[in-house]
Amino acid sequence: MTTNVIGNPLPRVDGRAKVTGAARYAADFNQGGQAYAVIVGATVGLGRVTGIETAPVEKMPGVVAVITHRNAPRLPYAPHKSYIDPATGERLHVLQDDQVRFYGQPVAIVVADTLDQAERAAAALRVSYTAERPLVDPADPKARPVVPEAGKQPDARLPADTARGNADSALADAPVKVDAIYEIARENHNPMEPHATVAAWNGNRLTLWSKSQFVVNEQAEIAAVFGLPPENVQVICPFIGGAFGTSLRTWPHVTLAAMAARQVERPVKLVLTRKQMFFMTGHRPRTLQRMALGATADGKLTSIVHEGTGETSRYEEFMEALTSVTTFLYSTPNVRTRYRLLPLDIGTPNHMRGPGEASGVFALECAVDELSYKLGIDPIDLRRRNEPAIDEGENKPFSSRSLMKCHDLAAERFGWSRRLPVPRSMRDGRLLVGMGMASASYPAFHAPANARARLLPDGTAEVEVAASDMGPGTYTSMTQVAAETLGLPVERVRLSLGRSDYPPAPSHGGSWTMASVGSAIRAACMAVQEEAARRPQDGRPVEATASAQRDPDVAARFSMHSFGAVFAEVAVDPDVGTIRLRRAVGAYGIGRVVNPRLARSQCIGGMIGGIGMALMERTVLDPRDGRPVNAHMADYLLPVNLDIPQLEAHFVEEIDPHVNALGVKGLGEIALVGMAPAIANAVFHATGKRVRSLPIRIEDVLSV
Amino acid sequence: MHELADSSGTGAEQPDGPRLVRREVLALGGGAALAATMPVSAPRAAATGTSPAAGSTATVPVRLVVNGREVSVEVDPRRSLLDVLRETLGLTGTKKGCNQGACGACTVLLNGRRIVSCLTLAAMHEGAEIKTIEGLETNGELHPLQAAFVEHDGLQCGFCTPGQIMSGIGCIAEGHAASPDEIRFWMSGNICRCGAYPGIVAAVADAAKRA
Repeated sequence: MTTNVIGNPLPRVDGRAKVTGAARYAADFNQGGQAYAVIVGATVGLGRVTGIETAPVEKMPGVVAVITHRNAPRLPYAPHKSYIDPATGERLHVLQDDQVRFYGQPVAIVVADTLDQAERAAAALRVSYTAERPLVDPADPKARPVVPEAGKQPDARLPADTARGNADSALADAPVKVDAIYEIARENHNPMEPHATVAAWNGNRLTLWSKSQFVVNEQAEIAAVFGLPPENVQVICPFIGGAFGTSLRTWPHVTLAAMAARQVERPVKLVLTRKQMFFMTGHRPRTLQRMALGATADGKLTSIVHEGTGETSRYEEFMEALTSVTTFLYSTPNVRTRYRLLPLDIGTPNHMRGPGEASGVFALECAVDELSYKLGIDPIDLRRRNEPAIDEGENKPFSSRSLMKCHDLAAERFGWSRRLPVPRSMRDGRLLVGMGMASASYPAFHAPANARARLLPDGTAEVEVAASDMGPGTYTSMTQVAAETLGLPVERVRLSLGRSDYPPAPSHGGSWTMASVGSAIRAACMAVQEEAARRPQDGRPVEATASAQRDPDVAARFSMHSFGAVFAEVAVDPDVGTIRLRRAVGAYGIGRVVNPRLARSQCIGGMIGGIGMALMERTVLDPRDGRPVNAHMADYLLPVNLDIPQLEAHFVEEIDPHVNALGVKGLGEIALVGMAPAIANAVFHATGKRVRSLPIRIEDVLSV
Repeated sequence: MHELADSSGTGAEQPDGPRLVRREVLALGGGAALAATMPVSAPRAAATGTSPAAGSTATVPVRLVVNGREVSVEVDPRRSLLDVLRETLGLTGTKKGCNQGACGACTVLLNGRRIVSCLTLAAMHEGAEIKTIEGLETNGELHPLQAAFVEHDGLQCGFCTPGQIMSGIGCIAEGHAASPDEIRFWMSGNICRCGAYPGIVAAVADAAKRA
């Protein structure tokens, strides 16, 4: 029996659970007798805690513990790093000393019988400090860039410096040049679900119902922090209420929940406030980039110089792929990239949807757009003239590359031919109308993964893997992969995710879940069929576990990336400077599409994330103490329903025989990459004003 | 760019002193204007003359009709309707997204009208009829709007979904679902960070047609 379910636009298998309130997220796992913990954060940005008046708070109704660095247990904090942790530096050791490294850093935790009592007591806790002025402004002359340690090796995944040819002399000699600075604000992930952990000890065993994109790493990290064997820690997270990268790492609040539960000898529930999610759980770092392009008069790129700096904390070097795409997106003999970090008195940033690529491609694609106007060449045509035959950075062929196909498809659907090339030449009544476009790219990553499949006597199958589903539809698409491999209808396959005692999976991020976990599920389903064929039919379940990883030979031979094209139309009010996105079209070459309905939703969601990056999102720090001044969902602007016009997402037919057995490249990140430059380029076309900082705000275009 | 009014949450802090808790501000009826100045005791504590630091242990009885069932609970007067639903009654389908009335994840129907349950105190609603996401199915059949959310893929992570659906029911009942543009406007108090807005609009429009 064959079902051919891969490629079918099935509705979500977990749809019913999500529309009835039955789907349970971390904070929904209330435990009998649980106490509630509330974190008290530092109200200074740098300094030392000099006093904490715990006694009056300990006497408040319902309070069962006030834990500070003075009475907290000294935790082992055994060395542990995963690939999602910064390679250089050491994670924050929470409540282990009196130092305050950034505004909001936990300085105490209050535990009480009820949430109201804990909130009240946490608010009443008096903490005194000796405070210094923190360095939080990247423009401060005291802020000194450093070369990231992990980028120094010649084989570094994110090299600090790369060069081919001689980019600087070629730039100097180029007849046509663009050389500009691009700035992107700090962004916060702001998933709808706040970080939450319910911790319960049973002797020396710990169970954590905890929001995590990487349950096996959360298990390993907490085991290391508390000096436990990993098998003593169980992490459970069947559903994630969005994360976009913020739950890749295990942040200190998870340690605090476990610490509090051990102290009070009861289960403890700890949910971060929305405000706390603005400084305690990572952010897209502010970046400053110089992008310089040199070209011949007929539009052939002769040089690219890309120098970028991202902020990081004082205690860890967070790195992202800021300059990576620049080395292969276009053909040119001379490229130089430089990536630096700027340590500040802030919490460590972390990956946010399209980490690095979204920021780097913004600079590159805006610069290419500027170049097109200087040359008088249509922006799509300019890209076509510089389409490479191979990845010139790696000197390898692409496993597949559909960039120009994406541009052609998106341009046609968008109606690019109706665009008048001259800026400020299109109007709708009194509104200025602009059309812009950009390329997008994101790597087709792959990581080793494992899965278990079980055939039951009733003709159904169970599949288990310690992966997660933060919203893209992993439950559904993986069920399709299993059903197709087993030759069963999807109704007969039950997929379980989000437990650290399931076969280990990589982090749910980097657009590699389908490639990695999908391949492992396929392997496990094939293995269980072989096992079933070998064994006599005795009415007992048949089980097999299998792993999958990328063929290293393929990785050595090919450069593997997704590509896409994004087109946007904006209307700008010349009198009051408001910018409205009126429509957008994206086309993507992402290999095989497992579920077109969910893929389209995921793409449109990513585009909406890009709209936020382009026009709204910005976390503002008070330079006096590093406090985020807009740390809530009313003043941290992000797209609401009324902001979102008609959006289209299309997929070009792309068969990639190399990338993996499923032929999938992933699309979670690329959907965000490219949206911001497309909008910025549309704003230029509408107004004639080139805005090189994100988000683009009213005041940036008011002078038009 | 949404233009919801600021709530009092972040303005209420003083770096080194006792901080005003939002619900106390609400209980006093003051809102943001009262926030920044001085510590204020919880209402019961003030009434009985206990010091602010001692807080309140008093509870008040409240009778609510939740999803058609009458429940009587003793609640801390500071406790929001949301926290009563989630932490007292175990109805965790209603979500806490921001606790400041700015995201809509906690939307429920209160006497038939949609309301953000994080910004209202349970003790204020003696006798009220509350409808949450758990109360929408009839004999195992999804409410038409629940079914439409699945059909039009008006969700991804699902965390905002209960609030979106309750808000959508309110939106339709108010007569604010005549066109996609009208739905976009009247559903803009419910943020979806995954960006399922087009599916949400399609689902509400579809259910409105059938209503």
